[in-house]
Amino acid sequence: MEIGAYSFGDTQLNPDGSPRSTSEAVRNLFEGIVHADQAGLDYFGVGEHHTTSMPASSPGALIAAAAAATRQIKLGSAASIIGTDDPVRVFQQFATADAVSGGGRIEITAGRGSSAETFPLFGYDMTDYDQLYAEKLDLLMTINHHNSEYVTWSGSVRPTLDKLAVVPRPVNGQIPIWLATGGNAGSSARAGQLGLPISYGIIGGAPHRFAPLAQLYRATAAKAGHAGANIQVSVAALGLIAPTKKEALERFYPGWHNLNIEMGRLRGWPAPDRRAYLAQAEAPGAYYIGDPDEVAERIVHLHGYMGHMRHFLQTDIGGLPHEHFIESLTLLATEVKPRVERLLSAK
Amino acid sequence: MSVQPESITTVGILGAGRVGTAVARQALKAGYEVRIATAKPAQEISLLVDIITPGAAAVDAAEAAASDLVVVAVPLHKYRTLSPQLLAGRTVIDAMNYWAPTDGEVDDFENDPRTSSEIIQDFLPGARLVKTLNHIGYHELEEDDKAPGRPGRRALALAGDHDDAKAAVAGFLNRLGYDAVDAGSLVAGRAFQPGTEVFNGSHTSHQLQNLLAAACARVGV
Repeated sequence: MEIGAYSFGDTQLNPDGSPRSTSEAVRNLFEGIVHADQAGLDYFGVGEHHTTSMPASSPGALIAAAAAATRQIKLGSAASIIGTDDPVRVFQQFATADAVSGGGRIEITAGRGSSAETFPLFGYDMTDYDQLYAEKLDLLMTINHHNSEYVTWSGSVRPTLDKLAVVPRPVNGQIPIWLATGGNAGSSARAGQLGLPISYGIIGGAPHRFAPLAQLYRATAAKAGHAGANIQVSVAALGLIAPTKKEALERFYPGWHNLNIEMGRLRGWPAPDRRAYLAQAEAPGAYYIGDPDEVAERIVHLHGYMGHMRHFLQTDIGGLPHEHFIESLTLLATEVKPRVERLLSAK
Repeated sequence: MSVQPESITTVGILGAGRVGTAVARQALKAGYEVRIATAKPAQEISLLVDIITPGAAAVDAAEAAASDLVVVAVPLHKYRTLSPQLLAGRTVIDAMNYWAPTDGEVDDFENDPRTSSEIIQDFLPGARLVKTLNHIGYHELEEDDKAPGRPGRRALALAGDHDDAKAAVAGFLNRLGYDAVDAGSLVAGRAFQPGTEVFNGSHTSHQLQNLLAAACARVGV
């Protein structure tokens, strides 16, 4: 199984709690990706976010930079908010990164987005959402599956493309396009219908309860006649690895708390509850926080339900000290990954 | 017309998202006959229903609406896809929320001082609307249920302008595993919309009654 990480960028905090610069956060994220590559992680995803605490607004630009500075790691968006972006531009940016990387390491994950900020930012109307998402995903797939540079497409959300060049073409002909979902059954059915690989973002509740969704995805794909390497499942979740479980819990909590305070202010949530945090950090909760043994065992446990080919963790949230992020990436690559491989091969 | 709680045997659910499917599984667990419909033809969601809510039937909206109790669990901004004709005379649970930070601003709700459920009731004039199931997480709905009388049993608030419909819904909530607390008329639903203490927490019926009384006193309803 592939083991990886993802991030939305994480603005660091000064000792007095004030935020440091968003440019530093992007630089830190870049260093994290380069480090993950050197440590041996299989995948790194950059998730489009547009907040001062999570400033990874431009996955394509960052991934192109990282493509030049890494050797083996797969790089992708996690996710690109495709409904409020231009699929032609998204494709061109990732195809450019693919060219820089030498080919075969770059992926796009298309997502609906879990918050509404891209709508006012890019001038879209939320009520058009389903139409925007469906058509733009279709355009992105059309460009990708085209066998030439010249693309023809028509729809209602943008002017028609009539034999227009969309370049560069990916080195291997196509870029893998994943569909991201937070657990809506219709999204699993949609990915299966389209024959796209699916990425489940599991940020709360018991992850194994997503098993029927993966089953629905595979059944829908089979019914639609899709089979082969494109029908696969990945799981994105929150987590942090430290030498001991106690350290892992202590390192992750302040950032988790900060993020929940920030989101609570926006969404009217109550103060975050340490008991809820601790409950989520134990099996069967959603957070993969612990020492390498525990996290590896929990990933393998979930694999029995989901059959996923990639498990990747978001660690740097709420101003997590950068060195703890780097150490978690190291442990994920050098301690968790071999344990997962050993446990899976013993099954 | 009076609907007694025990007269509900069929539950129609409009919407097969996270909320709709969670309500469907919990209603199946409670022994109801459950039908699910979306905007798509029934055959297009049959695989989804078979796998995600085993035991429920995938139907068209008209058949779901013809159930003893109808639960509306579509994204709120799609409320105009509901059929006022099909829902006329029906007992209808409105499980939807207007939650702009997550779902984006929608003019119909942003520019109207009323609660989302009052606007929905206006759109569905013949329906006997009850606001509830909007303030429990879809994970929690299937995890927090307890048998009647068990200590610490979680309570859910309901609000509506039709007493017989509220009585029917209270019986339904009880069978799902929750105490029901009547907050009053539909306007009282303001006390358990997003951002309120009721919305954000888990409460017993005693706690919920106190919170609702305090909230209603504050806004004068």
